[in-house]
Amino acid sequence: MIICIASGKGGTGKTTVATNLARSLSGDVQLLDCDVEAPNAHLFMKPEFKHNEKITTPVPEVDLERCDFCGKCGEICQFSAITVIGQKVLTFPELCHSCRGCLMVCPREAISERGRELGLLQKGLSGPVEFIHGRLRIGEAMSPPLIEAVKGYIDPEKTTIIDAPPGTSCPVIVALKGSDFALLVTEPTPFGLNDLKLAVGAVRILEIPLGIIINRSDVGDDRVVTYAKEEGIPVLMEIPNDRKIAEAYSRGIMLVDVDPTMKARFQALHKKIGELIP
Amino acid sequence: MKELTIISGKGGTGKTSVVASFAALAQNKVLADADVDAADLHLILAPDIKHEEDFKGGRIAQIDLDRCTECGECRERCQFNAISPEFVVDKIDCEGCGVCVHFCPVEAIDFPQSVCGRWYISETRFGPMVHAKLGIAEENSGLLVSLVRNQAKVLAEEQGYDTVIVDGPPGIGCPVIASITGTHAILIVTEPTLSGLHDLDRVGGLAAHFKIPTFACVNKFDLNEEMSDQIAEYCASKHIGFVGRIPYDTGVTYAMVASQSIVEFSDGPVSRAIRQIWKKLEGFLKDKA
Repeated sequence: MIICIASGKGGTGKTTVATNLARSLSGDVQLLDCDVEAPNAHLFMKPEFKHNEKITTPVPEVDLERCDFCGKCGEICQFSAITVIGQKVLTFPELCHSCRGCLMVCPREAISERGRELGLLQKGLSGPVEFIHGRLRIGEAMSPPLIEAVKGYIDPEKTTIIDAPPGTSCPVIVALKGSDFALLVTEPTPFGLNDLKLAVGAVRILEIPLGIIINRSDVGDDRVVTYAKEEGIPVLMEIPNDRKIAEAYSRGIMLVDVDPTMKARFQALHKKIGELIP
Repeated sequence: MKELTIISGKGGTGKTSVVASFAALAQNKVLADADVDAADLHLILAPDIKHEEDFKGGRIAQIDLDRCTECGECRERCQFNAISPEFVVDKIDCEGCGVCVHFCPVEAIDFPQSVCGRWYISETRFGPMVHAKLGIAEENSGLLVSLVRNQAKVLAEEQGYDTVIVDGPPGIGCPVIASITGTHAILIVTEPTLSGLHDLDRVGGLAAHFKIPTFACVNKFDLNEEMSDQIAEYCASKHIGFVGRIPYDTGVTYAMVASQSIVEFSDGPVSRAIRQIWKKLEGFLKDKA
């Protein structure tokens, strides 16, 4: 079972839910932190990384001995990543989407590939939980292929929990795709509701069953609850605003360690999710 | 004209609440919401739309099944597994590279430009605002961010505004890079948590990579004062100007519920802290002008 924790708005508590859910379940569990731009789950899970892997994406390299400057590579490239000017070929690897069009279209086999570093993938154990995350290289723009690489470690024999990035564009879609359930964490504020609606739209495009968790449930207004009712989306858990929780979070201490009764609540949440998956 | 971009690394640290307050405090400015896939600034500024246009992003392949001979050339060449065995292109997976279009032996693949969002020029109680809405699950958020910033700049220059304030997206990837390249100053809004510091380090690294003058402030600093001190020390060691500490106050949420910025809503400690931060940034932008 793959459960993806997403939110639309950032800072609503995705990582709190993902890490505490992973920690509370028994059996084979893996946690994938797919928020590769701002990965934070490891600060709570404190895994011991045993495996480090540099993730790259192919970009073109031109052999000027073979090139006759015909310009076909520049014509096919939709991303302005390669262009021929007179007797020069300019490449902009940071703009390349790795479609291999230039390589395929070159009549003189003058183009080969090298890897552009996207970031680092790390894997290790946090107690019994298998932990995997990606760390986007500073200055790298494209997170989706790194998220794909992290998801490449999904083990169908395990319960997989994915911590998704905020927003509703490509990185979130890549993180959500193929999940059995989307758990949207929100807060009962106008920003929380606005971005929740966007996230629900994204999940519905992918046709994934979904539920909502309301964090800091006693601060704000009741419009999220009303919205959930109108849309027929189950509210699976409410976590009250508690300064103690916030202070513990600030130190990297998990919710289940501050309040051990939360463990049973996360187990119950998991059970409810199981019942909602067709 | 000087441009200030507000980012955070970690999401939900209070970027938009700070920007909404700057909107109320700053004189003679244009506002731009560059968090195009989860835009929230409009909820506080209640923009009155004066002008709107489609945002055309990249192209998407479309196979005409009447012309298609099902030879499979496109499926073999597609690096994104975007074409099904029935020769239907998955709109979400298609990267818009055009490789299938080029190599189709019977020219059965069309390649139309797709509308992937909409952008707006609006009037607000604090002056003009440029904002946008990226279609859900769409790509090219970086392009739309650049468009929003450009339109704000053009508007400022044409109408004689001397500052552009940009509300940026979370993270460090494509839309963040698009929202900071070439800007005059960055303010990072962070929080006194391990996650906040961790992501400040990443986004601060990005700002340094582009050699942009960078400032930082801590929101909800009293949740963990020790961590706030640590963040201030970190900033000093990285040449990031540390411009202030904003206390934790649920009033910020009530202001949001009332569709107001906190400086309009109350004159408490949060508002005073934000006023001081704005004064420092305003001074820096004026010195640069």
